[in-house]
Amino acid sequence: MKDLVKKKHLFNSEWFIEKTLLFAGVSSVLIIALIFVFLFKEAILFFQTRPPFDLIGITVFDSWEEKNIFKMMWQAVNETPKYSLIPLVCGSFLVAFPATVMASVFGIGAAIYLSEIAPNKVRETLKPSLELLASIPSVVVGFFMLAVIATIVQNITGSKFRLNAFVGALGVALVTFPIIVSISEDALRAVPKELRDASYALGASKWQTIWNTVLPAGVSGISAAVILGFGRALGETMIVVMATGNAALVTGDIFSSVRTMTATIAAELGAVAQGSEHYYALFLVGAVLFTITFILNLCSEIVINRMRQNLRM
Amino acid sequence: MKTPLVKPNKDLYHNQMDKNKITEAFWIFLTRVFTLFPLVCLFALLAKIVLEGYGIISWEFLFQPPKDGMEAGGILPCIFGTIAITLFMILMALPLGVGAAIYLVEYGGDNKLVRIIRAAVNNLAGVPSIVFGLFGLGFFILFVGRNLDAVLNTGLLFGQPCLLWASATLAVLVLPVIIVSTEEALNSVPQSHRDAALALGATKWQTIWTVVLPQARGGILTGAILSISRGAGDTAPILFTGCAYFLPHLPVTELFGFIPMVNPFDQFMALTYHIFIMATQSINVERTLPIQYGTTLVLIALTFLLNFFAIMLRIHFRKKLRVN
Repeated sequence: MKDLVKKKHLFNSEWFIEKTLLFAGVSSVLIIALIFVFLFKEAILFFQTRPPFDLIGITVFDSWEEKNIFKMMWQAVNETPKYSLIPLVCGSFLVAFPATVMASVFGIGAAIYLSEIAPNKVRETLKPSLELLASIPSVVVGFFMLAVIATIVQNITGSKFRLNAFVGALGVALVTFPIIVSISEDALRAVPKELRDASYALGASKWQTIWNTVLPAGVSGISAAVILGFGRALGETMIVVMATGNAALVTGDIFSSVRTMTATIAAELGAVAQGSEHYYALFLVGAVLFTITFILNLCSEIVINRMRQNLRM
Repeated sequence: MKTPLVKPNKDLYHNQMDKNKITEAFWIFLTRVFTLFPLVCLFALLAKIVLEGYGIISWEFLFQPPKDGMEAGGILPCIFGTIAITLFMILMALPLGVGAAIYLVEYGGDNKLVRIIRAAVNNLAGVPSIVFGLFGLGFFILFVGRNLDAVLNTGLLFGQPCLLWASATLAVLVLPVIIVSTEEALNSVPQSHRDAALALGATKWQTIWTVVLPQARGGILTGAILSISRGAGDTAPILFTGCAYFLPHLPVTELFGFIPMVNPFDQFMALTYHIFIMATQSINVERTLPIQYGTTLVLIALTFLLNFFAIMLRIHFRKKLRVN
C-alpha cells in the first residue's frame, strides 16, 4: 500500500516536470508571439493620428519655394513632422544589399575552400578563427569603421561624405560573412560523396567537380545562407548607426550618407515621449523591420528544410 | 596499318591542358583568398585596437569611475554593469533554455508542436537586436513593469528602465543560442546510456537528471559561455531598457540593510554603450579617443577570452566523448 502511494507521488512529480519543461519549450513560441503583439499593438496606434499614405510621403507647404510640394522625408522632429518610410527602407537596402553581395561572394568562396579544398588541419584552425570573427561585438566593428576605415575609404574614393552607406556596408559585410560561411559550408558538406566520386570517375578535375557537381547540389543551402545573411544585414544596428552618417535621404548613391530603419530606432527612441506620434512611428518602423526579417528567416528555413528532404531521398 | 584521318594536334592538346591547370589553380587560389581576406581584416582590426588601446590600460583605468565630464578617469562602472547584466541574464536564460532543449530532445519526438518550437527558435535567432530593444521597452517595462507596479502598489519601481529588464531583454536574445547548443549536447549522449538507465528501473526524469545531463554538462557550459559573450557584446537591446549615459554610483544596494548586492532596479553603465556614446556623442571625440580604444580593448578581451574558453572547453569535452 505504501509503495503504491509512493509510486503515485513519483508519477505526479514526473508529470509536473514534463509540463514544466513543456512550458520552457513553448516559451520561445510565446516570445515570438509577444514580440508580434507588442510591436504591432504600438505600431497600429500611429494610424490614429495619421493616414497610412503618410508613410510614403506628405504634401507640405515649402516656404522656400513658396508652393506645396510632395515630400518623401523622415523628419520626425519638425514643425510639420514627416514620417515617410521610403528614405529609411531605401537606406536599409542601400547598406544591406552591397553588404550581402560582398559577404556572399567571400562567404561562398570560403565555404568552398573549407569544405572541398582545405586539408583537415587547416580547417581545424580556420574554423575557430571564423567563430572569433562572428563573436566580435557589432559596436566594436562600428567603432573601427567610424574611427579608422571611414577615413581610408574617403581617401581612396574621394567621396563627399566621410560616413556613408559603403563604409557601413563594409562593416556589415564583415559580420555577415561568418554566418554565410557556416551555413553554406554545412550545405556543401551535406552533398553526398557519391556525387563527387561519380564526377571524378568521369574524368572531371577538382574544380570542375566543385563547379559542376557540388555547387549545383548545394545551391539551395547556399541560397538559404544568403537569404539569412541578408536578413542579418538588414537588422544590423550598431554598425550602421555609427558608420553610415545618419542622413535620411532618398538616394541610390552608395557613397552618400544614409539612415537605415534600425539606426532610426536606435537614434531616436531614447529621446521621444512615450505615447507620442513619433513614439508610435518608431514602433511602426520596428514592426516593418521585424516583418521583413521574419519573412526572410521563414524563407531560408523552408529552403533548408526542402534541401534536407531532397538529400535524404 | 590505318592512319588516323585527323592527326591529333599535340601542341594544342597540351596548351589546353596547361590552360585548364592554370584556371583550376587560379580558382582554388581565389577561394583561399576569399577565406583569408576577412580573417586578415579581423586581425588588422584587433591589432589596431590592441596597439591603440594598450597604452591607456592601467589599474586606474580599470578600477576608477569616469571623471571630468567623461574625458578622463576609468571605466569601472561599465565593467561592473556589463558583468552584472550578463550574470542576471544567464540566471534567467539558462534554466529556460536548458529546459526547452530537454523538452525538445527527450520528450518531444517529431510531432507538430516540436516543429513549431524549432521554427520559433530559429526565427528568434534571426530577429534584429534592435527589435528586442523595442520589445523590452514595450513588453517588459511598459506592460509587465507598469502592471506589476499597479498591482503591488510600488510606485514606479518596476515600470522604468533598469538592470532587471535589460537583463531580461538580453535573456530573450540569447535564448536560441542556449537552446541550440544544449540540444546538440543532449543529442551527443548515446541512446544506449538512456536505455540502460531505463532498464534499471529509473524513471524518465531520473534518467535525464542522473545520466543524460551529467554527460551533456560540457556542451551546456559551452553554450552558456558563448551566450554570455554574445550578451556582453550586444548594445541595441539595452539602449532603451536600462543603460545610462553616466552614473555617479555603482548599481548596488544592501539587502536587508547589510548584505551588499547588485540593485536590479537601478540603471547601469555598460562597456558597449560606453563605446557607442564616446565615439558618437562625446563633446570632444578626438580627446577621448584613447578612452574609446581602451574600452573597446577591454570589451574585446572579455568576449574573446570567453569565446576562447568556450572553444577549448568544447574541444576538451568532444575528445572525452569520443574516448568514451
